[in-house]
Amino acid sequence: MRFVIALVSAALAASVIVSAAPASDAPDPAADAEAFRNYFVTKFPKVKLEDFVNGPYSMNKDMRRQWQEKEEFPPYEFALEAGKEMFAAPFKNGKTYADCFENGGIGVRQNFPYFDAKQGEVITLELALNRCRTANGEAPLSYVKDEMASLTAYMAFTSRGKPFDIKIPDDPRALAAYENGKRYFYTRRGQLNFSCASCHVQSPGERLRAEILAPALGILNAMPIYRSEWAGMGTISRRFITCNSQTRAVPEEAQSEDYRDLEYFLSYVSNGLPISGPGARP
Amino acid sequence: MASTIRVRAIANGDTTEVQALIQHPMDSGFVKDAQGAVIPAHFIQQLSFEHNGKRVFLADWGPAVAKDPYVKFAFKGAAKGDELKISWVDNKGASDSTTAKIQ
Repeated sequence: MRFVIALVSAALAASVIVSAAPASDAPDPAADAEAFRNYFVTKFPKVKLEDFVNGPYSMNKDMRRQWQEKEEFPPYEFALEAGKEMFAAPFKNGKTYADCFENGGIGVRQNFPYFDAKQGEVITLELALNRCRTANGEAPLSYVKDEMASLTAYMAFTSRGKPFDIKIPDDPRALAAYENGKRYFYTRRGQLNFSCASCHVQSPGERLRAEILAPALGILNAMPIYRSEWAGMGTISRRFITCNSQTRAVPEEAQSEDYRDLEYFLSYVSNGLPISGPGARP
Repeated sequence: MASTIRVRAIANGDTTEVQALIQHPMDSGFVKDAQGAVIPAHFIQQLSFEHNGKRVFLADWGPAVAKDPYVKFAFKGAAKGDELKISWVDNKGASDSTTAKIQ
């Protein structure tokens, strides 16, 4: 009997040790998000947490001054107005985008992307908008710019200030999607052998030619963006594709599984930071 | 269609600061589309701001000005509540104009 008790207590002690130091390869999104945030907060002690969503402007005073002046008359205004009109315009069958979204699509940007248990995949806002169109007999929009950017700009605008609230449900497929996004983020690729993290975790605030690199924390909160370089609006899809081609990697198709998982990961680790889109970037 | 011109004019003392944003493709005529065909030049040639019938700002623009141009300038002699008329004409003969109240 005494021997059995000793065995049991030894087993208990072993299990305590295991839970105190989980194996490093067991996925733990909550711990990831905390470590991710702490990394940036420690690296940039002067930047307020909610200011990370302002990307390069949180890192450079001169750029910030220029941006503040620009925001008085923001270049995304035309897209915002077009988005508002498009959002309210009915489809041929009389329904509108509002019928496809919770709360009529107003102030819901912070809940995207989410994991859809029925279809077993990550649903981004851009994908949801196009699914809404096809479900109502309309042709899908291009994911990268113009109409899609205007629509997401309007939806982001109605959600400004609301903190990202991305949930990872207790579903191994959701966790796998998160892990895939995380892997994509940290994997080096392309001729220049850069990962997303090489620029946006290792070097935010540093110059890449004339640009100031944005921190990965809160980087999606400002989407979609008007980029002066593009002379127009761009969606998250456009940003991912351009990032890949700039590092001379082969971009994936817009809204590919990898890109959606990446968006899921990046949004999750920015949980709690406010939506600030649409944004303006040089 | 909504106006292609956004204006904000704010009087501060005897100076009025004007900001305007204009929606226009401003094609230079040197760019090709995805099929390799040249996109014909299409740009604003003249932009004018008038206060009480008097021209306070005139810009002669060409193809080198960027898409959706933004203008900011200040002038003297206007008061709050005055009207400012803004108009542009492009190389294809299209035009637009709007009036804004000085705030």
